[in-house]
Amino acid sequence: MAKEVLIEFQNITKAFGSLVANNGISMDVLRGEILSVLGENGCGKTTLMNMLAGIYYPDSGRILIRGKETAIRSPKDAFDQKIGMIHQHFKLIPVFSAAENVVLGVNNGSGYNLKNAKKTIGEMCDRYGFHIDPDKKIYEMSVSEKQTVEIIKVLYRGADILILDEPTAVLTPQEIEKLFAVLRAMRDDGKSIIIITHKLNEVMEISDRVAVLRKGQHIATVETGKTNVQQLTEMMVGKKITLNIDREQVKDTADRLQIVDLNCTNAEGVKVLDHVSFTAKSGEILGIAGIAGSGQKELLEAIAGLQKLDSGSIIFNRPKKNLPVSFFHKTMGQVIALAAQGKFHYEDGTPVDFTGKSKKEIRALVNDGKILFNEDEVMSLRDKTPLQIRELGVRLSFVPEDRLGMGLVGSMDIIDNMMLRSYRKGKSILLNRKRPETLANEVVKGLEVVTPDLHTPVRKLSGGNVQKVLVGREISSAPKVLMAAYPVRGLDINSSYLIYNLLSKQKKDGAAVIFVGEDLDVLLGLCDRILVMNAGRVTGIVDARSVTKEEIGFLMTKTDK
Amino acid sequence: MLTNFLIGAIALGVVLLYGCLGETLMEKAGQLNLGIPGIMCMGTAGGCFGAALYMNGLAFAGDAVWFPLILISICFSILFSVFTGLIYAFLTVTLRCNQNITGLAITTFGTGLSQFIMEVYVPRDRFDAASVLFSKGFVNDPGANGVLRVLFSHGVFVYLAIALALVFSFVLKRTRLGLHLRAVGESPAAADADGINVTGYKYGAILAGSAVAGFGGLFYTMDYLKGSWENASTIESFGWLAIALVIFTLWRPTVSIFGSILFGALLIAAFVLNGTSSQKELLKLLPYVITVLVLVITSIRNKKENQPPASLGLSYFREDR
Repeated sequence: MAKEVLIEFQNITKAFGSLVANNGISMDVLRGEILSVLGENGCGKTTLMNMLAGIYYPDSGRILIRGKETAIRSPKDAFDQKIGMIHQHFKLIPVFSAAENVVLGVNNGSGYNLKNAKKTIGEMCDRYGFHIDPDKKIYEMSVSEKQTVEIIKVLYRGADILILDEPTAVLTPQEIEKLFAVLRAMRDDGKSIIIITHKLNEVMEISDRVAVLRKGQHIATVETGKTNVQQLTEMMVGKKITLNIDREQVKDTADRLQIVDLNCTNAEGVKVLDHVSFTAKSGEILGIAGIAGSGQKELLEAIAGLQKLDSGSIIFNRPKKNLPVSFFHKTMGQVIALAAQGKFHYEDGTPVDFTGKSKKEIRALVNDGKILFNEDEVMSLRDKTPLQIRELGVRLSFVPEDRLGMGLVGSMDIIDNMMLRSYRKGKSILLNRKRPETLANEVVKGLEVVTPDLHTPVRKLSGGNVQKVLVGREISSAPKVLMAAYPVRGLDINSSYLIYNLLSKQKKDGAAVIFVGEDLDVLLGLCDRILVMNAGRVTGIVDARSVTKEEIGFLMTKTDK
Repeated sequence: MLTNFLIGAIALGVVLLYGCLGETLMEKAGQLNLGIPGIMCMGTAGGCFGAALYMNGLAFAGDAVWFPLILISICFSILFSVFTGLIYAFLTVTLRCNQNITGLAITTFGTGLSQFIMEVYVPRDRFDAASVLFSKGFVNDPGANGVLRVLFSHGVFVYLAIALALVFSFVLKRTRLGLHLRAVGESPAAADADGINVTGYKYGAILAGSAVAGFGGLFYTMDYLKGSWENASTIESFGWLAIALVIFTLWRPTVSIFGSILFGALLIAAFVLNGTSSQKELLKLLPYVITVLVLVITSIRNKKENQPPASLGLSYFREDR
């Protein structure tokens, strides 16, 4: 039996600046079905649905609802068309009760009557199998309860078409089961449900049809019963594109960073790192692939000392072999103790013996660089402060969604931002602006930062240029471990390649580079090994030179326990 | 003695109550208005201007009638305070200026301008007669029963203040208007997404709150001080105390009725009790000490309902993410 077509997208195109988020998408939604919209990060699935919910307006193309062309210019227009969207970030007011949140903004002509509203909510709960206490305050609720309130809110406004953006991202498996039961009950009641997701097993479990998007284009809509996980993965990730990135063979690697069994739970009680173990080697780029929010951020922050961990260890092998001992990180007592253990040798290879030497003589020897380490120094980063970790050469150039939020101060100029990493170095009470200025000049020239001058506040620069300043500063200190998360997000092709080549150069210089990226083609072309994460777990570490995109895509969405 | 003390406490409390109610309304809409002292001064100047206009239009001061005098005063008071509130609203809501800085500027502006208006445009030679009408209560006999006098000897503005407090409490708690207003103060983004006109509610709250706050100074000058005027600084200091009172009452209009009387009692105690001037100064700062204590206690208990509106003091811009 053919179902009635409820919504039809015709040739929808939407661009943000030069980025085309949706490119000529045509697809449909039927009455009384659960449709999954499947795709990688940034493939345009949320953008497309936001146009249905009145958040964005398409640049071109038409949306037909119940056979009629309709312009949806605001969330209110969407509600008038009985379309309701449940966003990933809930828009609820914490100090209000569930019922108050549900009736907020609704003016159905009748007087303000919370009792009636509670009755309606109760009826809905019975009908679809929700459980919610309408008098409970939002701030006392679990994430799953908040989501229920959002769904009730949409239903209370009479929605027939529900769009859920990544509804299971924050739920436990039991809560997901409950949610799916509710969704099925609503479908059987004749409502159309659209789920935006990238979890293949959920797609297979809940949906009637799957629409696959890739890089802003609609690849196909298939019936769930007539497809399988392999086919969907293939459609989702597409064929491999060869990129022109200089990738040299790895040589002289040494284990630089050993991560053993990291566990971490976030404020909501969700496990964000689940028994994560791996080794990052010097002279190679380790890529981290995974859907956004799979624990990449927490992992990098844990290494940088910014994230509280439940358990696990982070071992850093400080490259010291055949390098001179200095008093910068060691006291005289430590040096004598280590020498007694036979950890040092002279330049000619003979072992160091300080017996019979005065402290003054030892100081002179050390300061002249005559005393060398036998081996690398092994230390745990977990008992170090973020500042100490940075001093050890572990650098995090984290480029989150909000570029200015982390690492740069928007209203300060490039020189001052360079100084944020070096202001402790000076000996005098006044700041030395000479060196940061030289550094700023180097970064601006080397990375082709477009800026009127060095004294322009960085918030006035374009996003890409801000990113270059940030990455340039972190690279400038010759790091031992360089972590870069999404360093090319928002950059144009040329700037992206500039960053890729910078990372490659760091690798050649012997740094252990950890690169978190979203574009699989780039990960395959730039990295030496790729670690794939899903829901806080490492689902595989693969050789980037031999792996296929499908294999990575499969690991990214693998959820079996 | 006790009777007079209580009457004075209520009277001074009402001055604070008006400012507190106005500020509560604005803060519930997310607007931290430090311009309340200035707005109260402007309300005073407006009301006095209106009263002077009426009184000087009469052939004899004794011809003055209660209703038109009060009505004209109220109208002009509202006109002046709403005008001042409008400047604040335009700067902070429309232009999204920093609320604290704008508020302080409004206070400086309001106290200065009201002083000027009072000195230049408000002839006060017939204010003795006017103030008799302002302070006319239900029980005017000084020899009457103490309880009756405490409850019923006040001028109309005392009862208006208490009525307004009850109305505000009802509107905020029990009506859709109040729900929407609180939503705007808690999370303008969520309110906006639900189709609530954030700008409209903020303007409405600021203008209504300003009008109410202005009555405080008018009542103080025309009723409590019997129509005399020295300078705006006393009213300004009441304005600051009113803002402290908002915090003390945890943004609850009904609580503010009792809170204001308590503050009023502490203030009047400083005048009534025998003691050195330094002891009196200590007494005068008690309201602030109590407010700090309330802040400390609520912070420790950390109950969400007792916290200020979540977006208090923040400007809302839809395209911010």
